[in-house]
Amino acid sequence: MEARWVAVIASSVIAFILKFSGNVVPARYLEQPKIKSITSLVPIVMLSALVVVQTFAAGQDLVIDARLAGLVFAIILLLIRAPFIVVVFGAAACAALLRYFGLTN
Amino acid sequence: MKISPHARRSTVTRNAIGVGLATGVYGISFGALAVTSGFSFAQTQVLSLGLFSGASQFAVVGIFGAGGGAIAAIATSSLLGVRNGLYALSLASVLNLKGIKKIFASQITIDESTAMAIANNDDEEMSRWAFWATGISVFVFWNIATAIGAFGASFVADPKSLGLDAAVGAAFLALLWPRLINKQIRIVGILAGLLAIGLTPLVQPGIPVLACVLIAIFMGLKNASDK
Repeated sequence: MEARWVAVIASSVIAFILKFSGNVVPARYLEQPKIKSITSLVPIVMLSALVVVQTFAAGQDLVIDARLAGLVFAIILLLIRAPFIVVVFGAAACAALLRYFGLTN
Repeated sequence: MKISPHARRSTVTRNAIGVGLATGVYGISFGALAVTSGFSFAQTQVLSLGLFSGASQFAVVGIFGAGGGAIAAIATSSLLGVRNGLYALSLASVLNLKGIKKIFASQITIDESTAMAIANNDDEEMSRWAFWATGISVFVFWNIATAIGAFGASFVADPKSLGLDAAVGAAFLALLWPRLINKQIRIVGILAGLLAIGLTPLVQPGIPVLACVLIAIFMGLKNASDK
C-alpha cells in the first residue's frame, strides 16, 4: 500500500484510540502532575519544530528562500490579529510575489 | 437578570455554528495544502473525516511534503493528538456518555468542542449541548471546506509558484501562536525550533520534529518537580 495511505489510515486510527481512551481510562492514570505537565508542552514543541522545518528544510539541507519571507509576513499578520486564513494565504502570496519577480528561490 | 435556558441554548448554538464556520475556513487551506503536497483528493478527505484534528492533519501533510515518511508522519500526528485524549478525560464526568454515543463523542473531541463545553460548565446540560453542537458544526464545516480546498488546488500545476510551500509553515505558526501564553512556553518553543534546525542536516526528514518531544519531557518533568 502507498506510504501516504498507510499514514492517513494509521494516524486516523491512532487519533481515534487516543480520543476514545480518554473516555474509558480511569482519570487517575493520566491526571498525574508529571504526565499533565509533559502533555501540555507537547503541542508547543511539535508545532515550533514544524514551523522551523517547513520554513528552512529542503530534505536534509537548510536553505533560505521565499518561505522565510512568507513566515516573516505571517508573523506581522499574526501581530495585527489577522484571522487564520489571511495568515496562511498572506504568507503564500508574499512568497509567490517574491518568486514571480525573481527576487528569491 | 437570568437568561432563560431556551435563550441560552440558542445563543450556544449560534456560537457553535460561528466556531464551525471559522474553523471551516481554514479547512480550505488544509485541503489545498494536502493536494499540493501530493495527497489525492480521497486521502485528503479521509484525513478530515477520520483523523479530524487540524494540527495532526497539517503534520501528516507537512511531513510528507518535506520528504519524511509514513512512520514520522504517524508518530508526529499521534503525539499532537494526545491532548484530545486528555480533553476526553476531563470532559468524561460532564458528558456522562453511554454506549454508541461514546464513539461519536470521541471522534468530535477536539480543541473547539472542548473549549465550548468548558466555557459553559456552570450548567452541565448546557455544557453537553455546547460540546455536541460545536463538535458537529466543526466536523461538518471542516469536511466541506476540505473538499472545496482540495478540489480548487487540484487545478494548480506548480504549488511553489503560488507560494503554497510557504503557507505550510505559516499554518503551523498560526496554530502555535495562541498557545504562546507565557515566557516559559515561548522559551520552550524557541528551544524546539533550534533543536529542529540543528538536527535537520544530521538525521532523516521527520525525525527532528519528533526529537523535540524530549524538550517537552524534560521541561514537563522539571515543572512537575518544581511544584
